[in-house]
Amino acid sequence: MRDWDTTTRNRDQRLARAAPLTRGKVVQADDATALLEAVLEPGDRVCLEGNNQKQADFLAKVLAGLDPAQVHDLHMVQSVLALPEHLDVFEKGIASKLDFSFSGPQAGRLAKLLAGGQLSIGAIHTYLELFGRYFTDLTPRIALVAAQAADAAGNLYTGPNTEDTPVIVEATCFKRGIVIAQVNELVDQVPRVDIPGGWVDFVIQSPKPHYIEPLFTRDPAQISEIQVLMAMMVIKGIYAEYEVNRLNHGIGFDTAAIELLLPTYAERLGLRGKICRHWALNPHPALIPAIEAGFVQSVHSFGSELGMEDYIRARPDVFFTGPDGSMRSNRALCQAAGHYACDLFIGSTLQIDLTGNSSTATLGRIAGFGGAPNMGADARGRRHASPTWLKAGREARDGSGLTPRGQKLVVQMVETFREHMQPAFVEKLDAWELAENAGMDLPPVMIYGEDVSHIVTEEGIANLLLCRGEEEREQAIRGVAGYTPVGLARDRRAVENLRDRGIIRRPEDLGIDKREATRDLLAARTVKDLVRASGGLYDPPKRFRNW
Amino acid sequence: METLVFDYRDGKPVPASNRPPALVGVVGSGNLEVLVEAHDLSGAARVEVVTAATGFRPIWQAVLDDFFNRHAPSNILISINDVGATPAVVSLRLDQAMEAFKAGGAA
Repeated sequence: MRDWDTTTRNRDQRLARAAPLTRGKVVQADDATALLEAVLEPGDRVCLEGNNQKQADFLAKVLAGLDPAQVHDLHMVQSVLALPEHLDVFEKGIASKLDFSFSGPQAGRLAKLLAGGQLSIGAIHTYLELFGRYFTDLTPRIALVAAQAADAAGNLYTGPNTEDTPVIVEATCFKRGIVIAQVNELVDQVPRVDIPGGWVDFVIQSPKPHYIEPLFTRDPAQISEIQVLMAMMVIKGIYAEYEVNRLNHGIGFDTAAIELLLPTYAERLGLRGKICRHWALNPHPALIPAIEAGFVQSVHSFGSELGMEDYIRARPDVFFTGPDGSMRSNRALCQAAGHYACDLFIGSTLQIDLTGNSSTATLGRIAGFGGAPNMGADARGRRHASPTWLKAGREARDGSGLTPRGQKLVVQMVETFREHMQPAFVEKLDAWELAENAGMDLPPVMIYGEDVSHIVTEEGIANLLLCRGEEEREQAIRGVAGYTPVGLARDRRAVENLRDRGIIRRPEDLGIDKREATRDLLAARTVKDLVRASGGLYDPPKRFRNW
Repeated sequence: METLVFDYRDGKPVPASNRPPALVGVVGSGNLEVLVEAHDLSGAARVEVVTAATGFRPIWQAVLDDFFNRHAPSNILISINDVGATPAVVSLRLDQAMEAFKAGGAA
């Protein structure tokens, strides 16, 4: 007779081994090592909560300090590799296999460890893919998560950086795994319950509050005039024309410039209330002036941003906040909103090839994908219509005889040359060589050309929806590639023809006076201006204060 | 921003004898300085580029070819002091300097 509850019994055995260490659900920080040794078994799948922002840093240190003779061959399944400890576990032989989404800060070291054979990578996922795999074949046996506070019953209060915690805990708990939370404080009653206590096995008050990375703060002082010019083109040539109202922005200075031009340039064009009303976006400080100017009706966020807490608390009509007043973020749900509910994604990239594929991969670094591929992809399962989606779909299909359908706007916004005169347009992405060196199945393309609707550079906008055929598409891309080798190799007559047909549009074609493209057009030119715009509610991290 | 021009002759101020130069771009807040001046070059125009980066002559050539194709100015001297600006910045600043020059005043 087959056993049908082996995981439950295994869980009970683990809990029994840990029982001497606990008082209720509370374990002392000094006993954290003993707790992990008690509950972990070699080969376990472990989710060590590494988010974009909030980090289970205390538990990461404890895990990385375990004895590899006792705990080894762990399979780490976590969305972000942010801390050194996230890779220390591989270097020390505690873990051997990795599934992840993003490793920006550790990308170089990850490439070295992989080359040295110290770990194998199952796959590099997008957030939604990895979360999906949590509920299929990559369910964590042990989850090590972080929260702001816990009560004795194990109820967790995450504060504004809820991020991945709900999805991790749900997958682990309901497949009979074990959930351990590090918290900044133990309280009698949590301000709100973000994770029900019944889903949490152990809580540990960490010696120090968990680390939070301010990832989405862009100092307006660093926005260039070229970025202002490109932002003007995006607002007038795309947002206004397609009536874009549900959208997601990438995290660079290019898109920060758009946010800061809404109260000035877009206002002057009479676009308030007509564009940019609903956002799937982290609470970018650069969005404050647009919120204050009445452009923004709602913002749902993947995670929070340091310093924005009081501002968010004071704007509950705009942000998603709990009964305690603080924001509730949720990466999985915001990714779903970004993929299915948004009509537009716009972001920067490092390289674009002749078919519009883009990649941020660089040699010697394995940075992963994060959420951009889900934001920056046409949602082929989408069925609800909007004016934006319908117009894009019409442009892509007019005259083709194809069944009518809508399409998402996916916009890539780049200056043709990056720093040190590195061309953003290339014949072949570095991703190909990276894939070969690292033994990947496919080159790590961030956004596929077939999903890209527009490319915006300082030279103009290329509307790829209107292109018919590969040749036209290539010339449209060359036609905005400026003085890069790709741009200089354009067929000038073909490009002028595309311009006549409105497939390529220069600033002057859009009625944009380049002389206006100055930093004076930014609604905030410094971080201090952002603080002022927030009525003093925005409290920027120290590194962004220079006054 | 304001640019003031003062001309003197024999110790006394005189009205500017020609259109004042337009100065657009300030090193320190950016990485490029462009100066456009009226200059009798018998109908020709000249661009003097001082640049921190070597090996980009073909790109300068392409940027300037396009600029002269757009504006076709004569009898002007353009002085460029470049500290690693991208071609996008060069084009934008040249256009801005030229527009300001045509408007006959400072930017």
